[in-house]
Amino acid sequence: MIDVKGIYKTFYSRHKVEALVDVSLHVEKGEVVVICGPSGSGKSTLLRCLNHLETIDQGEILIDTILLNDSRTNINKVRAEVGMVFQSFNLFAHMTVLENVSIAQIKVRKRSRQEATKIGMELLEKVGIPEKAGSYPSQLSGGQQQRVAIARALAMQPKIMLFDEPTSALDPEMIGEVLDVMKTLAREGMTMCCVTHEMGFAREVADRIVFMDEGRIVEIGTPQQIFNEPREDRTKAFLAQIL
Amino acid sequence: MEIFNDLLHSERFRRSLSWAALVLIIVGLIIGTVHTTNKVDYIWRWEQIPRYIFFQETIEVTVEEDATVTAVERDGADTYIIALNFLDEEQYYTVPSHMVSVKTGDELQRGQVLAEGRRWKPGLLLTGLILTLEISVLSIILGVVIGLITGLARLSSSPAPKWLAIGYIELIRGTPLLVQIYIFYFFVGQVFRLSNFMAGVLALSFFAGAYVAEIIRAGIQSIHKGQMEAARSLGMNYPQAMRYIILPQAFKRILPPLAGQFISLIKDSSLVGVIALVELTRAGREIGTSTFNYFEVFFTVAALYLILTFSLSMLVQFLERRFAASD
Repeated sequence: MIDVKGIYKTFYSRHKVEALVDVSLHVEKGEVVVICGPSGSGKSTLLRCLNHLETIDQGEILIDTILLNDSRTNINKVRAEVGMVFQSFNLFAHMTVLENVSIAQIKVRKRSRQEATKIGMELLEKVGIPEKAGSYPSQLSGGQQQRVAIARALAMQPKIMLFDEPTSALDPEMIGEVLDVMKTLAREGMTMCCVTHEMGFAREVADRIVFMDEGRIVEIGTPQQIFNEPREDRTKAFLAQIL
Repeated sequence: MEIFNDLLHSERFRRSLSWAALVLIIVGLIIGTVHTTNKVDYIWRWEQIPRYIFFQETIEVTVEEDATVTAVERDGADTYIIALNFLDEEQYYTVPSHMVSVKTGDELQRGQVLAEGRRWKPGLLLTGLILTLEISVLSIILGVVIGLITGLARLSSSPAPKWLAIGYIELIRGTPLLVQIYIFYFFVGQVFRLSNFMAGVLALSFFAGAYVAEIIRAGIQSIHKGQMEAARSLGMNYPQAMRYIILPQAFKRILPPLAGQFISLIKDSSLVGVIALVELTRAGREIGTSTFNYFEVFFTVAALYLILTFSLSMLVQFLERRFAASD
C-alpha cells in the first residue's frame, strides 16, 4: 500500500537539517504502523512526505502503486485517498462541524449535499458527537475537535489514514476518547500510519513499530519485540525514558 | 457635609461631570465659530443651500411657427416633439413627458403653449453627490477585483506574477494619486479613448487595488498554514482551498482595514474634480464661485461626504456582527 524507497529530505533554514536520511519503509494493506522517536527525529516529516505536504529530495514514494514525486501524478487525486489528522486539528474555523465533514465530499468527491450530509452524520455518529453537528469548532473541546477531524478525513473514504501526533495537543482526560476512535478504525482493517508517543496504544493495536532517530530508521519490529527485546541501544534508551 | 463628600467622590457624579464638560466644549465650539464669522463680516445665507439639492424648474414651451407634428419621441422624463413647418423645415421642442398633449399629425399654431408648469430637478450638489457615489462604488468593486488578483499574485511562488505584483504595488504607492489621475486622463485616456468618467474610475480603481492587494495579502498570511494543509490533504486543489477555506476566513479578518480603505477612496474621489468631473467637491467649488457662499456650501459638502462614509461604516459593522457567528 505504501512503499518508501531510500528517501532523503534536507531543510535549509538557518542551519542545514537532515530531516530524513535514506529512509525505506513498506506498509501492507490493513497494517497499522506506529512511528515513534524523540522530537526532531524526522517522524513527522516522514508522515508529511507520504501526503506530499513536504517534497522529497531523493528516492521514491509509492502510494497504492502511484509514484508521488512525479510531475505527471495528479497529487490531489492521491491525497483524496489518503486521510490526514494533524496535531493541531486544523478544523475549518468558519464552518460548522457538519460543513467541515461535508465540504471536501462535495467539492472533491462531487457528491450531492444531501449525500454528503448523510455520510457526514454517519461518521459523526461513529466518532460519538452527532449532537455537535451544528456547532462551530471554537465551541468544542480539543478531544471533540480531533474526533471531528478524524471524521472529516474518513468522509473521503480513504484507503490510508495518517495520524501526526493526534493526541499531543490534548488535555490528558481527552486522549482516551481520541485513541478509542483510532483503535476502532484499526480493528476495522484501515491501513494506518501513526506518529504518536502513546505507547499503550502502540502496544495494543500496532502491527509494527518504527523507531526513528536523527532522520534515520533505527529499528523496525513488532510491539512485543520492540518493547521486550529492543536490539539497538538508542531504542532502549528512548523506551527507558518514556515508559 | 459627609453626604456632600460622598456625592463628590461617587462614580455617578464624576460621569455626570464629564458629560457636562462635553456639552460645554461643544457649545463653546459653536459659539466660537459664530463669533469668528461675525468678526469677518460674513453673512450666512443657509436658505440658499436647499435649491442646490432640489430646485423647481419653470417650464414654458410655446410653438414658434405654424407646423405639423411628425413625431413624438419619449426619452425618459423628457419627450421630443418634432414638427415640420410649411417650408418643410424641422422644428424641435422638448417637453416633460407627463405634460405631452399632442400626437403625430396634430397641427400646431404659432404661440400655442405645448407645456406649462413647474417640475422638481436635482440641484448641482445632489448630482455631484450621485456622481461621487457612482465613481466610488465602481472604483471599490474594480479595486477589490484588482486587489484580489494582485494579492494572490503577490503570494505566488513563481517570479513573474510575484514581481509584477510587487512592481505595480510599489509604483502606485510611491506616486501621488493626483499625478496618477492626470496620467490616466491625459495618457491612458488618450491612448484608449476613455471618457473622463472612465479615466477617473480607472485611476481610483488601480490606486485602491494596490492598497487592497496588501490588505488581502496580509489577511491570507494571517490564516494559520494548517488550514491550507488540511484542505490540500483532503484532495482540494489550490484554487478550491483558497476559495472555500482560506479567503472566507481571511475576508472576515480584513473587513475592518478594507472598510477603512473604502472610506479613504470615497474621500479621495474628490480629486477627480481636476479632470472636469463635477463630483461633490467640484460641485461645491462651482457653486462657491458663482454665489460666494463658500462657508455654507462646503459645510454642506462635508456633511454629505459624512453621510456616505458613515453609512459605509454602519454597513461594515453590520457585516462584522454577522460573520462573528463562528468565533
